[in-house]
Amino acid sequence: MIWLTWRQFRSSAVLTAALLAVCAAVLALTGPDLADRYAQGVAACVADDTCDRFFDRFFGEHQLLFVLVGFVLLALPALIGLFWGAPLITRELEAGTHLLVWNQGVSRARWLAVKLGFIGLVAVAMACVAGLVVTWWSRPLDSSAMPELAQMTPVVFGARGVAPMGYAAFAFVLGVTVGMLVRRTLTAMALTLVVFVAVQVAMPTLVRPHFMTPVTATHELGRVNVGGLHVQQGGGEVRIAVQPAVPGAAGAWVLSSVLLDPSGRVIAGDGQDAPVAASGTSGPCSPQGGGAALDACWAEINALGYRQRALYHPIERFWPFQWIETGIYAGLTLGLTWFSFWLLRRRLS
Amino acid sequence: MTPVLQAQQLGKRYGRRWALRDCTLEIPKGHVTGLVGPNGAGKTTLLKLASGQLTPSEGELRVLGEEPGTSPQVGFVAQDTPVYAGLTIADHLTLGARLNSTWDARLAADRIARLELDPKRKARKLSGGERAQLALTLGLAKRPELLILDEPVASLDPLARREFLQGLMEATAADEFGVVLSSHLIADLERVCDFLIVLVDSRVRVAGEVDALLGSHHRLTGPRRDPDRLPSDQYVVSARHTDRQSTYVIRTDEPILDPAWVVTPLTLEDLVLAYMERRPAAGRRAGLEVLR
Repeated sequence: MIWLTWRQFRSSAVLTAALLAVCAAVLALTGPDLADRYAQGVAACVADDTCDRFFDRFFGEHQLLFVLVGFVLLALPALIGLFWGAPLITRELEAGTHLLVWNQGVSRARWLAVKLGFIGLVAVAMACVAGLVVTWWSRPLDSSAMPELAQMTPVVFGARGVAPMGYAAFAFVLGVTVGMLVRRTLTAMALTLVVFVAVQVAMPTLVRPHFMTPVTATHELGRVNVGGLHVQQGGGEVRIAVQPAVPGAAGAWVLSSVLLDPSGRVIAGDGQDAPVAASGTSGPCSPQGGGAALDACWAEINALGYRQRALYHPIERFWPFQWIETGIYAGLTLGLTWFSFWLLRRRLS
Repeated sequence: MTPVLQAQQLGKRYGRRWALRDCTLEIPKGHVTGLVGPNGAGKTTLLKLASGQLTPSEGELRVLGEEPGTSPQVGFVAQDTPVYAGLTIADHLTLGARLNSTWDARLAADRIARLELDPKRKARKLSGGERAQLALTLGLAKRPELLILDEPVASLDPLARREFLQGLMEATAADEFGVVLSSHLIADLERVCDFLIVLVDSRVRVAGEVDALLGSHHRLTGPRRDPDRLPSDQYVVSARHTDRQSTYVIRTDEPILDPAWVVTPLTLEDLVLAYMERRPAAGRRAGLEVLR
């Protein structure tokens, strides 16, 4: 049965493996260079304390590749579910070949078990390699990424570490199960994509924030956590907005970042700005103050009592979160596997 | 001797619709059995039950004396003879060899050679007839005690049809094994079957050895007469009346003595058609199911 499974599956497996190998080769070739330049840049910037600028420049140079790599890794499980999972059973049902194979002295349960187990393992192995290679390659970039693409944020988190294995296993079995339910390849593929994307969106928005209690902390304002400073032309009110970043917690996943006034009231929520009582006509926050005096401006605003209150998961939780997430997907995969065997006994004939 | 297939009050229901009901029959060993009936009569359901792909909703079924689906001695060639389009003929033979506990590689290779098929050809490039032959080869090389074929020739042209059935006949002549094959065309079965089951509206209408069936069924033609006035040992299978004349197909084991009738023998096709006809509404005994 393994022979037959491999015989049917080998062309798409080889194709996928070849594509992944090309991607891996590109990463393997560029990775050491990337790490070198990062190390040199950091060594140089620590001396004159310009690392913020180095990080911006370094990340900016590689942002396109960074986003592309992340996208490929996020898409991989979906593609596995779509092109390996969904057609796995429907193709046989459409051609009637399941009747051929079920009458060759191999039980239905074994037939499904080998198909699921063998191809599922290949899918997980591929996702594992891809996930770890990308994690290794992107380490310099993850250390210098802008807050919106920090390592713990949903889009990046899902394209690092071991979570892709869980996604791949889940997407594959989801495709198979949906295929057994609807029995048509195209419908199954469409439905698999819809369900998988829905789960992938629901996970980081509804479930993942609650893996652990987020850290709540109040921080002084500074260049890390202030996203914008606006002073009206000719001097006027000064408006500031906090951004989803926490001083001293690079890479964190900031769930909420709000601006508090001196009395502790929230005056600006996520992404909003609010006026502060600093002078825009004279003093460090006035346009004349210039860029160099920006730190003095933060100091003045902090002295007035304005603070950022942030709710976040620090980067130290990356691996615990990865394992929890992978575990949840493994559980979903097991549940779907059980359901597919139930469908095989009850519905398929 | 255990019968090849034995059904007791067998029934299969899909939701509220019965695909097969009250099926009680016995197919003794050593026969090529034809299962005929119009489309949707339940032929495929019966064969799928026999090969263990479906479980009965009611009643009991034994195949080679065992629960269906448990014996490796049952071969099954599904409707439209499915094969893997992307695999070559040689791949199919490897598949058979690897998946079956009993496999006659020599027989399989010989058959393919005799059919003059190139083992390296992909199944998608085969004609319908060649595909059916490949599926049959897979079924035969398993060396089954019972080979079930579901409408194997339905989609074939007349020549391929004859070649397929001929191949099947040669195989049964060489080895002793039972065959059950279904078709909605009686002509296909006439040449090869010596046991017949007629399935209409999800019920078995008649089952028995072909010779015995032909010997006990007659067509009576004569002046118009009501079925009530036929002797009680004559079972009306079908009846047709004009103003003056009546034509009956009856089943009886007794000689027909009434001189008013012109008695003609039936062909297998006539017989099957008589059973497939809607049961005559007025007939007192019409529609009685005849078994064996």
